[in-house]
Amino acid sequence: MEQTMKISSSPHIRDRETTQGIMKQVIAALLPAAIFGIYNFGAHAALVLIVSIVCCIGFEALFQRLLGRDLTIGDLSAALTGLLLGMNLPPEVPFWIPVIGSFFAIVVVKQLFGGLGQNFMNPALGARAFLLISFTGRMTSFSYDAVTTATPLAVMKAGDKVDVKAMFFGTIPGTIGETCAVALVLGGVFLIVRGIVNYRIPVYYIGTFALLVMLYAIFSGRGFDISFLMAHLFGGGLMLGAFFMATDYVTSPVTPAGRIVFGVFLGALTFVFRIFGASAEGVSYAIILGNLLVPLIERVTVPKAFGREERK
Amino acid sequence: MGLLTFSGGIHPYDGKDLSKDKEIRDYLPKGDCVYPLSQHIGAPAVPLVKKGDPVLVGQKIAEAAGFVSANIHSGVSGKVKAIEPRLTVGGTRVNSIVIENDGKFEEMDFSANIRQLDQLYREDVKDMIREAGIVGMGGAGFPTHVKLTPKNEDAIDTIIVNGAECEPYLTSDYRRMLEVPAKIVTGLMIVMNLFDNASGIIAVEDNKPEAIRILKKMTKDMDNITVNPVKTKYPQGAERQLIYANTGRKLNSSMLPADVGCIVHNIDTIVAIYNAVIEGRPLFERIVTVTGDAVKDTANFRVRVGTNARELIDAVGGFVVEAPEKIIFGGPMMGKAMFSLDVPLVKGSSALLCMKKDPVARSKPSNCIRCGRCAEVCPGKVLPYKLAELANKGDLEGFVRMEGMECCECGCCSYVCPAKRHLTQTIAGTRKQVLANRKR
Repeated sequence: MEQTMKISSSPHIRDRETTQGIMKQVIAALLPAAIFGIYNFGAHAALVLIVSIVCCIGFEALFQRLLGRDLTIGDLSAALTGLLLGMNLPPEVPFWIPVIGSFFAIVVVKQLFGGLGQNFMNPALGARAFLLISFTGRMTSFSYDAVTTATPLAVMKAGDKVDVKAMFFGTIPGTIGETCAVALVLGGVFLIVRGIVNYRIPVYYIGTFALLVMLYAIFSGRGFDISFLMAHLFGGGLMLGAFFMATDYVTSPVTPAGRIVFGVFLGALTFVFRIFGASAEGVSYAIILGNLLVPLIERVTVPKAFGREERK
Repeated sequence: MGLLTFSGGIHPYDGKDLSKDKEIRDYLPKGDCVYPLSQHIGAPAVPLVKKGDPVLVGQKIAEAAGFVSANIHSGVSGKVKAIEPRLTVGGTRVNSIVIENDGKFEEMDFSANIRQLDQLYREDVKDMIREAGIVGMGGAGFPTHVKLTPKNEDAIDTIIVNGAECEPYLTSDYRRMLEVPAKIVTGLMIVMNLFDNASGIIAVEDNKPEAIRILKKMTKDMDNITVNPVKTKYPQGAERQLIYANTGRKLNSSMLPADVGCIVHNIDTIVAIYNAVIEGRPLFERIVTVTGDAVKDTANFRVRVGTNARELIDAVGGFVVEAPEKIIFGGPMMGKAMFSLDVPLVKGSSALLCMKKDPVARSKPSNCIRCGRCAEVCPGKVLPYKLAELANKGDLEGFVRMEGMECCECGCCSYVCPAKRHLTQTIAGTRKQVLANRKR
């Protein structure tokens, strides 16, 4: 019997949580907002989500098959990328848009850099930015109840009033998954409570952004305008971005201080892009830029080892 | 105010229910006993006996070779069968004294060692502890008399008895606290009396309320001894974490507890000190927990050092399965996986943990997803994922710069990693490499 005893280095027990388990919980947290998107925008939106998810999984499997690597689609990270990408697309895009987006997200952003854990930017956001630049018209045409219309942020940018309550519940034009603020916040809180996501990035991101918007409102003569603030918080991709994209493990800092710096940076950048930029939206570009700075942020925020705090 | 604790750590399934209600039972070895000459930190002991010599229980059979070394005493009577290399749990063959057990357990006269306490000088007490061959019995095996001889004796103000027993499954310290609390308190007082300014702390994790109650009751009239409940969290009993939780003082890998005025002793070590100073008995016994889901019954045995590990498995009725996948010498977080049961129990052996299934063999490492869990749980506040990355690249300089040497190898990072990466193993291996390079 001696030969049957297994030998390994300590520790000899492992926590039950797995990569797949984490991905499952993030997907579960996104589902309410996604389901609302389907309810809000109709069957075509559902098909866009499905095409996006299937293509992401398919491209990952195909790429790994062709290169003779181990299949990793079981970890569900490709499925999550597909869901996020779909939720970041306008509801009426033709199906070739998610196909191209999936290819860019999985093959170019993720696999070419070494697969899960190695990509330097969020694959879904990278693909969204790629699509936005390449097919600007299709990516920025939003309609609601079959009427082509501007998103609330674009309406505000033009100086008009918006319905904050509708923005909170999501009955507004926008991408499939970004409109229902209440569902996204609930999903985000679920992830924080479950310990999947640390509170620092979303709290500092949203907090910084809210503070700057408020200051801007006061100093630009609007006064203490709560509905302007609410519209900025619940309009556009802020909630989806702050809870689900900025917190992507791979492309955000690991260090506690780094997460604060990252959140503040994203908040400030989103503010600048939205208020002073040409486009009404700024969340995706802010996060992508933040992603690129992560190695630098981590480098300067390495925590002091226990008992070594007094070191120079 | 919250409980005393540290930042980081994990809460694994503790498995203590399996054996915590089992009273300590004596187990007397049936077969030969094997005494590796190196079962402590420091120089191997030098044999005092030769083949064929008769030996009594408690007889000194090997003598410390220098200050940082320890005497070894026989736990059985009989005669010396051989002095030869024998397999130890570490996998290496270590020169050992093998004693043929005559089964009579004839003891030496320990009363000759007993002296009136009030006539003892501090040096006498330290001599008795050194003579008894006492080493740290939590596993490290550092000679106790060396610990008790710090550079600056006046600076020592806190003696901590480590009753945290944070390793899952282990219950030997818990049973000691329930069954012989007076010996623990007296042992602590013996150590405190070695220093002018020392007060005592007995730190116990709050998952052992019965032990806390008994010890508190026993020390309620003593001003200079406090019983501190500490939060149940692994690795609460790690020396640096325990000192921080109880005193707020921090030490790093290049410091000794004495540098911050502390000395920490394991429960079993304190009992050994009591036995040596009050009863004149050298260290030849210890408590070993036999537990896990693969054994027919669990037990807390008082065993003779040198006993073959297999005898304890037989003593609980063997295994419930034909072959357990893994047997661990010590606890599941820092213990060693055994490849043979035919090794002797040594002064630092706290448990035999037998597991039907080995979770490590069932988990396949995948890519790091940078979730940061390893950094959150690390009691040393280093970045394990980063250290493992540098280690895999062979970047020893970067490894040291990122404080890889501050790792205490507690295992929290590997435990918590969702990608099942062997972080502790990678980091521990690289630390050894760095240390070896420094010696060169």
